[in-house]
Amino acid sequence: MSFGPVSYLVRHAHALVSSAGHLARAPIATVFTVVVMGLALALPLGLDVLVRNVRSATDDFSGAVGISAYLHTGVSEQRAQQLAGTARDRPGVGTVNLITADQALAQFRRQSGFGAALDALQGNPLPHVLAITPAAESANPADMESLRRYLAAWPEVESVQLDGAWVARFNAILNLLRRSLLVAAGLLGLGVVAVVGNTIRLEIQNRRAEIEVTKLVGGTNGFVRRPFLYTGALYGLLGGLAAWLVVEAALHALAPAAAQLAQSYGSRFELAGPNLMDLKWLLGIGTLLGWLGSWLAAARHLARVEPGSG
Amino acid sequence: MITFQAVAKRYRNGREALANVSLHVAPGEMVFLTGRSGAGKSTVLKLIALLERPTRGQVVVAGEGTARLPARRVPAFRRRVGVVFQDHRLLVDRPVFDNVALPLIVAGSSLKEIGKRVRAALDQVGLLGSERVRPGELSVGEQQRVGIARAIVSRPPILIADEPTGNLDPVLAAEVMTLFRRLNEVGVTVLVATHDLHLVKESGLRAIVIENGRIAGGEPEAALPTIEARR
Repeated sequence: MSFGPVSYLVRHAHALVSSAGHLARAPIATVFTVVVMGLALALPLGLDVLVRNVRSATDDFSGAVGISAYLHTGVSEQRAQQLAGTARDRPGVGTVNLITADQALAQFRRQSGFGAALDALQGNPLPHVLAITPAAESANPADMESLRRYLAAWPEVESVQLDGAWVARFNAILNLLRRSLLVAAGLLGLGVVAVVGNTIRLEIQNRRAEIEVTKLVGGTNGFVRRPFLYTGALYGLLGGLAAWLVVEAALHALAPAAAQLAQSYGSRFELAGPNLMDLKWLLGIGTLLGWLGSWLAAARHLARVEPGSG
Repeated sequence: MITFQAVAKRYRNGREALANVSLHVAPGEMVFLTGRSGAGKSTVLKLIALLERPTRGQVVVAGEGTARLPARRVPAFRRRVGVVFQDHRLLVDRPVFDNVALPLIVAGSSLKEIGKRVRAALDQVGLLGSERVRPGELSVGEQQRVGIARAIVSRPPILIADEPTGNLDPVLAAEVMTLFRRLNEVGVTVLVATHDLHLVKESGLRAIVIENGRIAGGEPEAALPTIEARR
């Protein structure tokens, strides 16, 4: 008899092959279990892909977020240029565009249709304005408020206006969705553990005679448990694969409609599916959940099966 | 090799299967355990194979006291006792080779060793060449021989059999007994439980008679050795 590393690997390989054989010999039951697990794992994966696609599609929204700093009317254009330069040097600031009072008036004259009335004015009543766009990583409510307070503290600034508060709300909704995704993933993970646990429980009942004989000839609890753990892990692995296929199929079905919608907004946005890293995580987590479910079931039910107990 | 000293066994349902049973089977001996159905023969075998523990008294098998043997040491203990059942207890969805190989697989034997020993065991029981056949395709006698091959494949020092000829015709029963005699000749201690008195008388071997959970013959108290069980 040998208990070296080679023997250890041989016994594990035997358990793995035996488990795969059991799954293959009951294809319908295996497919049903894998589909249930696949759907349970596909939901959080699908939500994650959805959130990432929405974030990707709305990346340009960071450009819609901005701050307008209105200077006092007495501030010279040269000083306004200096202030624009100072603002540009602040971390978190993307672009700073100085709209001089003359440019603002000319634009207003062009767009408003009040040209004749404006001629009656003795001077230009409009101030210079610094139109500031935050850097992408600083387009969040906290950094924007910090920048607003920084600008409002300048003596040359009369008022500061935050543009695009709706974007902040939109981001908050996305954050809520992300948290919901975590909760859903947790609950569905428990569901996967329960499905595998119940399947393994039934498997133990069906293979009671085999377990009794194995223990009778000297099989340890670990030896008897091993194929069930591999079965659970294989269920999880196949369930993860099924989830990936489900999400890919759903994206394939939705892609034309999403592209059409994006085109109507003049965008070339395309739905992106799970990447290779997602697949690795999915298979890893699926395998782990399957293993956990089978371990719980095996620990609970295998100890009750003894050769003399039947 | 096998010693019972003042052993009693009461099952959970309250039935007292054995009461104050003392017996001894010497190393290399072949002995019959006989008595009517329900007399307690199977309980004796279950206590030897550690499928049950005694309620009272001591059971020593191959120098190992089983009454308080820790659960973690039970699998290793069971590998030293080959068991043959009347109903064979074969895995019907596995070929003969896998059935016979099971004790070697659980013991962690190498693939090469498993192949060699399984073929040797099947050769001993006259079934070499049936490795890939499933038990359901074999006759009852052949199935019993597969059960025996499984019991002896890991070369245990003790072989116990519970009514091994119960389902066999006289010719097949004689074949099985010849097989046990051959194993005994190479040093295996054999204990065969049977209610077939004809078989017992024909063999000319010692028989321990058990009735209503008590020894009724074949095991004089004076012949019992002192128990020096390993604890």
